[in-house]
Amino acid sequence: MHSVPTPPVATIETRGLIRRFDRREALSGVDLTVAPGDCLAVFGPNGAGKTTLLRVLAGLLDPSGGTASVAGVSLPGGVSARAQVGLISHHTMLYPALTARENVEFAARLHGLASPRVSAESALARLGVMDRADSPVRVLSRGLQQRVSIARAFVHAPRVVLLDEPYTGLDAVGAAALSDALAELKSDGAALILVTHHLDEGLVLATYVAVMREGRFVRYDRRDAIDAATFSAEYRALVGAVA
Amino acid sequence: MTPPAVTPGVLAAAWTIARKDLTVELRTRAAFLSAAVFTVLAAAIFLYTWDPTAVAAIDLAPGVLWVIFTFSGLLGLNRSFGAELADRAIDGLLIAPISREAVFLGKALANLIFVLGVQVVAIPIVVLFYNLSLGWGAVAAIAGVAVLAATGMVAVGTLFSAMAVNTRLAELLLPVLALPFFVPVVTAAAQATVLVVNGRPLSGALDWIRLLVAFDLVFVAACTVAYPFTIER
Repeated sequence: MHSVPTPPVATIETRGLIRRFDRREALSGVDLTVAPGDCLAVFGPNGAGKTTLLRVLAGLLDPSGGTASVAGVSLPGGVSARAQVGLISHHTMLYPALTARENVEFAARLHGLASPRVSAESALARLGVMDRADSPVRVLSRGLQQRVSIARAFVHAPRVVLLDEPYTGLDAVGAAALSDALAELKSDGAALILVTHHLDEGLVLATYVAVMREGRFVRYDRRDAIDAATFSAEYRALVGAVA
Repeated sequence: MTPPAVTPGVLAAAWTIARKDLTVELRTRAAFLSAAVFTVLAAAIFLYTWDPTAVAAIDLAPGVLWVIFTFSGLLGLNRSFGAELADRAIDGLLIAPISREAVFLGKALANLIFVLGVQVVAIPIVVLFYNLSLGWGAVAAIAGVAVLAATGMVAVGTLFSAMAVNTRLAELLLPVLALPFFVPVVTAAAQATVLVVNGRPLSGALDWIRLLVAFDLVFVAACTVAYPFTIER
């Protein structure tokens, strides 16, 4: 049984979090704590419950049991919780017929930002896609679409950032822009949860690392308490055991 | 640094969503062109199957008009939430700090504008095909009835579009669910239109107008409240 290190202030906190789909339990008592400026990297095989965890924390799914809070708001927390969250998922959540600028500006308006256009352009510039701001999303490559999607998720400077395989489809430039943006958000005090299959990219940003299997954490450590090579070998053995 | 945000109210958020939907439709014109072509084809088919010696144009035209409104409207309603499924744009809406009711009202408002746009095409076509002589007063009266009828139909249709969109048979399920609810609206609207086309004052159709207003009030409110329960939580 793992023990969850408790930082002084929690931006994201769950205790015994459960989520069921009919009789199947996708989350089976997840405990986690992420403080401002920390990043929890969650690794695990397909079907481990990683995406479900993010969808619950994003407010897209209600918990079936246990407790969860985001930025001090208990879930399901409605508008006040969602205002704090930025989500990047497998899907871009973009409208192909709209331009990159229009997509990000739309998100900025829904978040009630004072200057949606300026905020959208700033987010696009941060991800290095300002030169394609007026291109319809449908003509952009998958990597550029992913960058626009990240700009959409970051436009309101969220305090809680939930990332589900964010590096998928990004080229080296896009990956570097994303890493820079995440590092900036971290240093500004945002709490991050990064879900990925790729150990290297997860370990770079992580303050804490967790391994998820069958809806629960089977490891939960401070990043600086583990050796990357040892962790990698143990993780591969664990994932192999699942397969 | 991003400036501080004040989460938008229900109406502001609804308008933002409606404007986005209309922009997407203006860019793609997918649903509107389909509805406009359907309107012309349906009017033409009714015209060529019509025996003017058996039924007068002023008796047939209101029914034709409302059959066209009903089915062309369904084309737009089908796309309403369907367009949100591509790359899960709906998740972007649902994690935004706006109420679920705002999402529904925004979708419904865009659908209402879409249906009214189709009606702007359909009314002149039916007037032209059936050689109806309508004054501006009659046209305004028909437009008023159309707005009232469209409001109720769109409220019900938007809710059922949200319910049907995640099913495999969404395009079949929407008309099956929605058409029974459209019956009172179409009946009232067609009866009111018959009076207007026959040159009688709209005041003679007050009972039908009241029915339309009551339907609108009940179903706009009920569907707005019901929409959050259609979302998987």
